[in-house]
Amino acid sequence: MSAVNLVAVFVENRPGQTARVTKLLAEAGVNIRWVTIANSGSFGVMKFLVDQQDTAVSALKAKGLMVSLLEVLAMEVPDKPGSLQAVADMLGGNNINLDNCSGFVADRRAILVIEVHQTAQARGVLEKQGLHLLSQEEMLRL
Amino acid sequence: MFWDQESETLARPTLEQLQLQRLQATVLRVAQRVPFYQRKFAELGIDPEKVRSLADVRRLPFTTGADLRAIYPDGLLAVDREEPVRLHTSSGTTGKPKAIFFSRKDVDNAAELIARSLVMTGITRKDVLQNMMSYGLFTGGLVMHYGAEKVGCLVIPAGAGTSERQLMLMQDFRTTAVHILPSYALYFASFLEQKGLDPRKDIALRRAFVGAEPHTEETRRRIEQAFGCDVYNSYGLTEMNGPGVAFECEYKAGLHLWEDNYILEIINPATGEPLPEGQTGELVLTTLNREAMPLLRYRTRDITSIIPEPCKCGRTHRRLNRITGRSDDMLIVRGVNIFPQQIERVLMSFPQVGRNYVIILEGLDDMTIKVELAAAGFDGQVEHLAALQHQMVDKLKAETWVTPKVDLLPAGSLPVAEGKAKRVIDKRSL
Repeated sequence: MSAVNLVAVFVENRPGQTARVTKLLAEAGVNIRWVTIANSGSFGVMKFLVDQQDTAVSALKAKGLMVSLLEVLAMEVPDKPGSLQAVADMLGGNNINLDNCSGFVADRRAILVIEVHQTAQARGVLEKQGLHLLSQEEMLRL
Repeated sequence: MFWDQESETLARPTLEQLQLQRLQATVLRVAQRVPFYQRKFAELGIDPEKVRSLADVRRLPFTTGADLRAIYPDGLLAVDREEPVRLHTSSGTTGKPKAIFFSRKDVDNAAELIARSLVMTGITRKDVLQNMMSYGLFTGGLVMHYGAEKVGCLVIPAGAGTSERQLMLMQDFRTTAVHILPSYALYFASFLEQKGLDPRKDIALRRAFVGAEPHTEETRRRIEQAFGCDVYNSYGLTEMNGPGVAFECEYKAGLHLWEDNYILEIINPATGEPLPEGQTGELVLTTLNREAMPLLRYRTRDITSIIPEPCKCGRTHRRLNRITGRSDDMLIVRGVNIFPQQIERVLMSFPQVGRNYVIILEGLDDMTIKVELAAAGFDGQVEHLAALQHQMVDKLKAETWVTPKVDLLPAGSLPVAEGKAKRVIDKRSL
């Protein structure tokens, strides 16, 4: 399946928390390939794409951290104006709300990572429009 | 199961006759021996010889916590100073504590009431009871200990030790029952899970007696679910011997108050007037069987009501509803009266909520509730957490009429109290 799983960590929103979490990952020999951190008032959620998911989850849980796996969709889009808008149109047109979105360009390949509630439906819509959804392995190979 | 079936099932008229005799004897003794009550009787024009019915208890003077502090250390003794064999004190937040003396007979009688209480939940001499309450001046340690020994249990006086040691004792000696603070029970479940243990399977616990902190039905259910055991509510206060004043039976539907040892009244806390049976007000207790330090109409400050209906267990001693709050604990926020238990009830009704919370009052009158999330409450989505926060604020507002700020936190981020949990931090600069 072309779903990508992120390791999501629930932390207090205060100084030192990112260092605390990433130190545990580094000590477990886990490499972070992509990250976002969102804060909301008292708490923050860190989301990581890592090379060794199971190792990361158990290393964090062993230290009492609250961890969850989060399914997101990653896709390659043309590196030109209007690409994000096209994706947003497809989702909006099907009444799918974009909860979170981030993107980057690496080696002239434009990659979007999106979070939606209706993952399966969104996947269908996007693939029908000819977009290539990346698997976990493909994301890690980037 | 009964410890003292005859006393526990006395027909009401017989029980009330016994109460009257004991009340008359108590009033006469304090009138002879305690200057504090001599003075009060004189002020109110009470003739200690003329207590003719149980209703006459209403003419007697109240005794308050402030009286006990004022007369500290030993002004309320009804026996010679050499008679008492034990001293306990009630935790005073400021200033002097309240000192309570026990004669040898009082120690034995308090143990007797604990024995009744434990046996009515099904405890037998085969049980191993680990007492996880602090030993020392606090009654939760020794008073429970003596009662459980009387039943014949193996009692482990673990005290308020570290969780590691509690667990070791529990596993090595196959503890079947614990006496524990409800806040610590919740923390201890998390502690076991953290170690990769299943609190339902990896320890042999069958019963937990929780008390010394007001708590809600939701908290009881959570403890029961966490350990897969029965949880019984225990009510007591140092001034009345500590634990064993009232206790739940096998039906867990209210707490039987041992009426051959106490006269219970429910009053309007503002006016001091008695309330009809079934109405909610302040619990007032008179000791009927205490030698060293009898107390008349002690204002417990605890808010509850009497359940008038007889209990299926056959005991004739009436039941109290769960204490909804201690009037000393009542918060006034933006002019509204709020009991911390109201907030706990709302929080614990959310399955996503974990096991620890604290209510912070600061600034002019701002209420912030910091609450830990349960592991199952986090699915990685920030939106779900934000929605949860909104729902909690709405429900708290509906319950208390005050709009609080709710801070969600990861499990384990709030401090765990050594003794009784500190649920309210008031930093207001009013």
